[in-house]
Parts: sequence; C-alpha cells; structure tokens
Amino acid sequence: MKQFARLYSAIDSTTSTNAKVSAMADYFASAQPADAAWAVYFLSGGRPKRLIPVRRIATWAMEEARVPEWLFDECHHAVGDLAETIALLLPSSVHAIDADALPLHAWVVHRLLPLATMTEEEQRAAVLAAWRELAGTERYLWNKLITGSFRVGVSEQLVARALAKASGIDEGVIAHRLGGHWTPTAESYTALVAADSRDADVSRPFPFYLAYALEGELESLGDAREWQAEWKWDGIRAQLIRRDGRTYVWTRGGELVTDRYPELVEAGDHLPDGTVIDGEIMPWKSGGALPFAQLQRRIGRKTLGPKILAEVPVVLVAYDLLELNGRDLRTTPLAERRAELARIVDAAALSCAFVLSPIVPLETWDDARHAHADARTRRAEGLMLKRLDSEYGVGRRKGSWWKWKVQPYSVDAVMVYAQPGHGRRALLHTDYTFALREGDALVPFAKAYSGLTDAEIRTLDAWIRRHTIDRFGPVRQVEPVQVFELHFEGIQRSPRHKSGVAVRFPRIARWRTDKTADEADTMDTLRGMLEAPV
Amino acid sequence: MLRLTDRGLYCEAADLYIDPWLAVDRAVITHAHGDHARWGSGWYLASREGARVLRTRLGDDASIELVDYGETRTINGVSITLVPAGHILGSAQVRLEHRGEVWVVSGDYKTEPDPTCTPFEPVRCDTFITESTFGLPIYRWCAQDETFADLRAWWRDNASEGRASLVYAYALGKAQRILAGVAGADVGPVYTHGAVERLTADYRESGVRLAATTPVSTLPKGTSFAGSLIVAPPSAAGSPWLRRFGDVSTAFASGWMQVRGARRRRALDRGFVLSDHVDWPALLGAIEATGAENVWVTHGYRDQVARFLNERGLNARAVASHWEGENDEQPAVADEGALA
Repeated sequence: MKQFARLYSAIDSTTSTNAKVSAMADYFASAQPADAAWAVYFLSGGRPKRLIPVRRIATWAMEEARVPEWLFDECHHAVGDLAETIALLLPSSVHAIDADALPLHAWVVHRLLPLATMTEEEQRAAVLAAWRELAGTERYLWNKLITGSFRVGVSEQLVARALAKASGIDEGVIAHRLGGHWTPTAESYTALVAADSRDADVSRPFPFYLAYALEGELESLGDAREWQAEWKWDGIRAQLIRRDGRTYVWTRGGELVTDRYPELVEAGDHLPDGTVIDGEIMPWKSGGALPFAQLQRRIGRKTLGPKILAEVPVVLVAYDLLELNGRDLRTTPLAERRAELARIVDAAALSCAFVLSPIVPLETWDDARHAHADARTRRAEGLMLKRLDSEYGVGRRKGSWWKWKVQPYSVDAVMVYAQPGHGRRALLHTDYTFALREGDALVPFAKAYSGLTDAEIRTLDAWIRRHTIDRFGPVRQVEPVQVFELHFEGIQRSPRHKSGVAVRFPRIARWRTDKTADEADTMDTLRGMLEAPV
Repeated sequence: MLRLTDRGLYCEAADLYIDPWLAVDRAVITHAHGDHARWGSGWYLASREGARVLRTRLGDDASIELVDYGETRTINGVSITLVPAGHILGSAQVRLEHRGEVWVVSGDYKTEPDPTCTPFEPVRCDTFITESTFGLPIYRWCAQDETFADLRAWWRDNASEGRASLVYAYALGKAQRILAGVAGADVGPVYTHGAVERLTADYRESGVRLAATTPVSTLPKGTSFAGSLIVAPPSAAGSPWLRRFGDVSTAFASGWMQVRGARRRRALDRGFVLSDHVDWPALLGAIEATGAENVWVTHGYRDQVARFLNERGLNARAVASHWEGENDEQPAVADEGALA
C-alpha cells in the first residue's frame, strides 16, 4: 500500500505525461505481480461496484471525528472531495501499522472487497479499523477506494505505455490485452506482460485509432486526391467483433455493450468469422441520422422494450475494417481496407444495421470545404480526413488522420448563478449558469464549466464574491451583468428544460467584457437555431 | 465598547478604530499586513516590535506612536494595551478596558512557537473578537518541525539533481519564518525576491536571526541557481521573473496547502503546510483560554465558527469585516509585489 501511495503521490504532483509514465513504469518494474495487477486495475479506472453507501461512510466519519453533520458538510464544500474531507477530519491514526506489511493486493482482497458482503455493523468495524491503522496518503487512498471514487490523471493508454516501458512488450499488444474484462490477478498480470502474444482473448477489440483536430490550412495536407473524406458522425464510436461464431460490441470507452444493441448482434451473424469493423453507433431512421439526444434515451437502459427499439433503431456506420478472416489488417493501407470493408458490408446487406460510411468525393480541397459547410444538415459534426495510404494506428497520433469539426453554435449569454467546482477547483466558483433575455426576464438555459483561463477564473471568482445577490447553499445568484460567448454543438427542443431547449456540450468561448447584459442575445435568437423537428 | 461601522471596528469612548479599512483620524494597528494596516489615517498606535515593518508599509510620513507589549495607554478613560499575537513580527492583540469591562481584538494570531516574533499570550476578557481564517476542523497543522524537515529534504533532493528550489511565501511574515527555519541548513545559497528582501532587512534590523540571503536582482547575469533556495511572494508565480532560474522545482508554504485541490490548482510541485494562523484546535483552545462569554468571529469561516460556538453554549456572532487573513488568492499580494 505504501508503494502504491508513493506512486499515487508521484502521479498526482506532476502535470508531465512523461513523468507520470516513468513513475508507473518504475512501480511496475519493482512491484509484485499481485500488487501490480490491482494497480493496473485502479489506474485504468477500475472500481469495485457499490461496496458501501457513501452516506453511511460519511456518518461513521462524523461520529469518529466528533463533528456535527452541518459542519461536516461545510468541510466537504471547502475540500470538494468526500474521501479527502474524511481523511482530514479523522483523528490521527492510533496504531499505525507498517503499511508495507500489508501490500496493495492484500488490502484489496482481504480488506476492501469483503466489505461488499458484510453486514452494516461489520462494515463499520472494518472501516474504522482501517482508518485507525492508516495515515496520510494511504488513508486518503483507502477512502477513495471504499467510496468508489479513486481517480488519478492517467488514461488506460498511459498505463499501457508504462507497462510496455517496464516489460519491453509492444504497447499495442498490452493495450489489446487490457481491453475488455481484464481481471486483476497475479496470473493475468503475468499474462499481460508475457512475451508470447498469441493469447488474445477472442472478444478483445483493437485499441481505437483517434484523430487530432485539424490545424492550419487544408492545403498544408498536400494533394487532396491522396486523402479520403468522410462525415464525422456524432454517435458512439465502437468496434464490432465477429470471432468464433459470436459477436461483441465494444465502445471506445472500453465498455462491452453487446447486449444494448440487439440490432448489431443480429447483423453480426451476416459477417464471416474473424471480422472486426470500426464504426459509429448511430440512431438512424429512413436512411438518415437522428439527433444524438435520441440515442441518449437508449444509453443506460438495462432493458430495451419494443417501443424504444422501434423509435430509436441504431446502425453501425462502418468506417474501417481492422480484421478480415482472422488477419490483422491494421498495417494495410486505408484504401485497401476500405475496399474490403465495402465488400463485407455489401455481402452483409441482408442486414440493414450496417451502413457503409459515405465517402465525400474529393478532387480539390474546395470539395472538402463545401462538404464541411453542409455537414450540419446531415447531422454530422464535421469531416474526417484520412490519408489513403494510412495505417490504423494506436491511440491518438498526429499526421495521417484529422478531424475537422464544424463551427459550433454561438450565443452571448449572461451569467446568473455560480457555484464552486470540485477537486482542484473546490475553492473557486467555476460552475456557471447562463441565461438569455426573454422580454424583461432572464431565462437560464445552459451550464458551463470550461473555457476560462485560471487567471480569468480567479478574477471572476473575486467578482462573484462581491456581487452576490442571494445564496442557495453553495450556489450564488449574482448580479446579471457579466456576458460570455457560449459555444455548443447541438440544440434540441426539450420539455424538461425551463427554457424549452437543451443544448449539447456548452462551453465558454470568451468573456465578453466589451458587452453589457442588454447587448446579450435573446431566447428568440436561440430558438431560431432549433433544428426542424424530426 | 466596540461596534462595527463602514470604516471598521470603532471604539466610541476612545474615538478610535482598530485596523480600519478606510482612512480615519486615529487607528490602532494589530499588524502590518496590507488588509490590517492601511494608508492614510491621521495617527497610528502600534507595537514597538513591529515598528520597522510597519514603517516600510505605511511610509515615512505616517504618524505612528509605538508602545511596548503590556504597556497601557489611556484615552478618554479607555485603557488600551497591546499583547503579543504570535502572527508575525510586531503582531498584537488589542486589549481595551473601560468601566471594568474588557474586550480583546485578536487581529491575526497563532499559538504555535515562531522564532521570528514574540509568542501569543492568552488574555482573559468579556468579549473576544477573533479571526477565523482556518476555522474548519479540516485544518489541523502537523508539527512545524516535520514541515521544515520536509522542506529541507525537498531542497536537498533538488540540489542533488542540479535543480533550484523556489518556495512561494507571503513576503511579510511567512518568508522570514522560512528563512529562520532554514538557518543553518547547509544545502546551498538562499536568494530572495525584492519584496521579500526589503522586509527581511527590517526583520534583521529588529534583531531576528535569519539565514543569510542575497537578492536575486544583485546577482550577475548568468549566475547558476542550481542547488539554491529562492524565496519569492506568490505574486511572482507565472511571471517572467522566473525564467532566469532554469530547472526549478516550485512549492508554496501556506495553510491552504492542507487541501489537495489548492495544491493542484496552482500547478505546484510541492505544497508545505505552514500557517501563521491558528488551526481549528488552536482556535477553539484560544477562545476557551480567554474565558470570554461573548465571541465575535471575523474574517474567514466566521459563520461556521460562530454557529459551532453557539452550539457549545457561547454567545457568538459572525461579524463581516474587510480583513482577509491568509486569503488563498491574496489580493494583498499585489501590493507586496509592488515593493519589488
């Protein structure tokens, strides 16, 4: 545990990706496989499900720290993180054990996981015992683990890179092995860094290849005829895998979602064994895309009734072919992969759940510009540009794939509420609510958290503190005078929102200190942007 | 005896203010931080121990009358005594006695020992007006010996890898406490930002023993900073002044460093928990030691502390002041930077 706590502190105290990878690689190089396995699990975002209701943990902490509930809540507001609040409030540990005596896997297997099946009284005793034994970072990490909120600024890709660095195994092989249901045991860790790479579980997807946002002019990419242009769809990026007579659907987030898309499972039956297609799960009807909000109605549902399946059918818009007849095609040039993809999708045409991602004809870069201008009418969010000779790489790399998103929608709105953020933003007001004018009234329509610089956030925070009209718990109502340019990606009618519209991914583009609230946009402007009802 | 006005805490009987935030005729000053000692008042009463730093802050023209700790001055029947507050050099609590009633205004204070100033002394009173900068139970300071050991270890590690160590600390008080804490630590040279150096000179002239320092501005171009410790005000963060140091590890010494979010937000390599204010247990202890029935709670977590005290049977009220204590964003730093 101590070693893992040291690793956590090393990752937490730097913003350098290289330093994080080095810290992890050092850890993996020296840790026991059983500990390394759990470190991989937690670092890549794994969390044991629902061990103890969080409020119960908070109650025990209040009792142990002898702090009334209201004061506990005040502390939580100030810290912005429950696990840290508890770690800071608890009395000093009474009989700190040598934490090295109990390694990470022992903490997890013998102390953490059994909590799930204990009675409340047993849980309380176990948690209090751990609090009394642990101090400092270890106590904080324990709290993060029992509240299921352990998070540290590394991605699964960085973990894979660190494992590759520590073991000498190719990063792609590691990423492939990590995908899917990886179980954190000493055996699977040993297999993860094993030299023999023929082991890959049939269900596992390839690491997704991601594009960077286009920088500079199109002309800087060279001859337009060397590029393939496609629409950039706003759905769920996924790989559909057909191996050993079974179909699997994996999202880019590393989630196995096969059961949620029965249309795709059925479509998989039309594919030959040993096929992997990369594409976008899209809500699709009458040959065209539905708004993303429709897909959201299906995400998260455990059971799908006939009604929702009929209202929001999905397809896989097929972008790329990564495996054919069990052969890894990723180093084959895109043009050849695309030809095979077209053949496969065509052969599976009995199923209407496959749509070959349409190619935007590209003779000159002006063709791309015209298509880009037209993207929104197709419910696409821009264009993808891929070199015809490009490989399907690993992770996000610059050079051969670019995304070129359409300009976002934009309105000038007035800030009306502010509240403190979480984590590193806990002491500052960083979460804002924005409104537009409707006659004499201001109608709140969007919340945004990102887009300002740290310096702007501090200035705005000081202003908010001095211009608060009213307070509702942590939320402050402020004088409606500050104007911000907000950008967002989509807009939909929504009876659930007071304003009658819902905007997708709103963020702050800039602080319009040159504008007064009277010069901000109105609700009419916003409604004018609504797409025609579908 | 005291009431809050739009200029600050006012004692009508003696016709004077304590740490007023606007210019007044007569002001009693608890200490020289910018939010407590403001320019422009006609006459100031302050402690002799802090004379030099207060003069640096208020300028040559200010009319300042000095008293020793414990020495009583009577104005219109109000006995005024300054008592050590242990916050920074010269910091004082103000004890006011009138017709048998005693009020004490704490100013900013800490009860931990600090080699750069006279230690805090508890004073019995009827009404105690206390600060509450760190008035939440999450703020419990670790032993300062540990903090200084950590700081020296960090400096040593950096030095062994050829890096400079830069610690941000408020130019008045915290910077000198660090300089006292690293005196005799044989690692490398100690350099200062101009704002720190000027007040450090005031401390030395006042008889406080500090590590030897050299202002960065006096060093020849091309000086290597590897292995050195640099002490700068927080306002220097992110400024071009930092470019000259090359490979440098940065840290901030403040009570706010207790919370991870505050460390992360500043993108620092290290945060050292070192405060010149009382933590939660010391705050409660100090209030109890006064024996006061009435407690006014000012700047910081005043509502929370007042509520907590009320639930414990004291007669406490939260009082809105313009004092900021160790404000995380420290607007007072702007004028510290201006001294550079």
